Amino acid sequence: MSPSLLVEWTIKSVVIVLMMLAGFAYLTLFERRVLARMQVRIGPNRAGPWGLLQPVADGIKLIFKEELIPAQADRLLFVLAPIVTVIPALILLAVIPIGPSITIGGRQISLGLADDVNVGVLYLSAVTSIAIYGIVLAGWSSNNKYALLGGIRSSAQMVSYELALGLVFVGPILLAGSMSLRHIVLDQEHLWYVVLQPIGFVVWLIASLAEVNRAPFDMPEAEQELTAGYHVEYSGMKFALFFMAEYVKMIAVSVIGATLFLGGYWGPFVERYPLLGPVYLFAKTVALIFLQLWARATLPRFRYDRLMAFGWKILLPLSLLNVVATAVLVVVGR
Amino acid sequence: MFLVELARGFWTTFRSMFERPVTISYPEVKRPVRERFRGRHELKRYGNGLEKCIGCSLCAAACPADAIFVEGAENTDEARYSPGERYASTYEINMLRCIFCGYCEDACPTEAIVLGHNYELSFTDRRQSVYTKDLLLVPVPPGGQPTPMRVAPGAFNQSIPLMKDPE
Repeated sequence: MSPSLLVEWTIKSVVIVLMMLAGFAYLTLFERRVLARMQVRIGPNRAGPWGLLQPVADGIKLIFKEELIPAQADRLLFVLAPIVTVIPALILLAVIPIGPSITIGGRQISLGLADDVNVGVLYLSAVTSIAIYGIVLAGWSSNNKYALLGGIRSSAQMVSYELALGLVFVGPILLAGSMSLRHIVLDQEHLWYVVLQPIGFVVWLIASLAEVNRAPFDMPEAEQELTAGYHVEYSGMKFALFFMAEYVKMIAVSVIGATLFLGGYWGPFVERYPLLGPVYLFAKTVALIFLQLWARATLPRFRYDRLMAFGWKILLPLSLLNVVATAVLVVVGR
Repeated sequence: MFLVELARGFWTTFRSMFERPVTISYPEVKRPVRERFRGRHELKRYGNGLEKCIGCSLCAAACPADAIFVEGAENTDEARYSPGERYASTYEINMLRCIFCGYCEDACPTEAIVLGHNYELSFTDRRQSVYTKDLLLVPVPPGGQPTPMRVAPGAFNQSIPLMKDPE
């Protein structure tokens, strides 16, 4: 491995992580403003122009908060849980192609860290599964019944919906004939997979909401019943890490959806100006995130048994059907 | 059927994004309070500048939260504060105790204490919660004189003054 390649990868990783963190900060502001507008309010507009410094103020506040560890808690796991939750969320985007290759100083650089790895989609579903451990451990190590219930709910919910999510991933894999996300995006240059996979896209929309524990599937948090679910006992930066994991996963899931179904970085004139690619990807991601916030502003929380019934009796058969139909169509089309 | 309901719900939230926000940006825009709003107390004056309060302590007696402290003193013709026999030399309201019930207003025989419209009563120190007489007393109206004023002997001879503005 040449040193220049190492430098390139380091720069790319740092940029991706920093982008995720900045995205997290401003997603909180974006969410609050969108929700406020949908509730005919204004939303945070005091800190800085249009409230742009609100995330900074929130961050400073959380840093200076007292860090509490309950007396009966399992201290090691209690500290470990937020870390286990946030890291998978941050490394999720490593396999996403952000744009086509560009040439800087005679050097071909592909926009994306490991976007050509041949198990890209598998990596996505593997890494998202790890985050469940963080939440379950947080619920268990807090030694609090609400936290434990939140942890149990989230594990059940995420495991159930991950099945549907994994099966939905199979559609684009079959169509592209590859698990590499770079290939999947390249294959969508002329036709987005959302046209070929409408059921898959809808199932993905629903399952991804459940996967990141967002309303209307925010059962693990359920303020009204579980006070805050798995992170009741967390405060200060440890709480901020859970918060960060949730929002970073929202971004990551939206980027994945844009890549798998909405043509990734493709858009008009990307062939001529490759730097437009990230812009298109960003726009598609924002649109999908807006959809998530819209759902949160509109839909009340599901009842727990209905959530499970919906996941197992509707979403799972639907995605299985989608896989079978896609497989048949791919073979017939060939 | 379920999908129609779903679409209607989403349409409702989307439509409300384009409505005017109902928020009132408080420190810049202040919503007017009702006429009978009970805010911070004010000690009123007559048109000539004399204080309406005659230091009778009925407000302190009526106060269910024991927030008011009044100390009366005698008026003289050289130093006259109120048209009555006595005036309030000390008048303090503890805003940490006050529950803004308005009983003091009802108890006052001369309509001297009135709950005003000011509701911005934040303070950073417990000591600042005690509002003294000079904070509560309204400014002298135009054409009036500040108290204590020197008056002609025998001009005010009633222990409880008439309810109208003295000439």
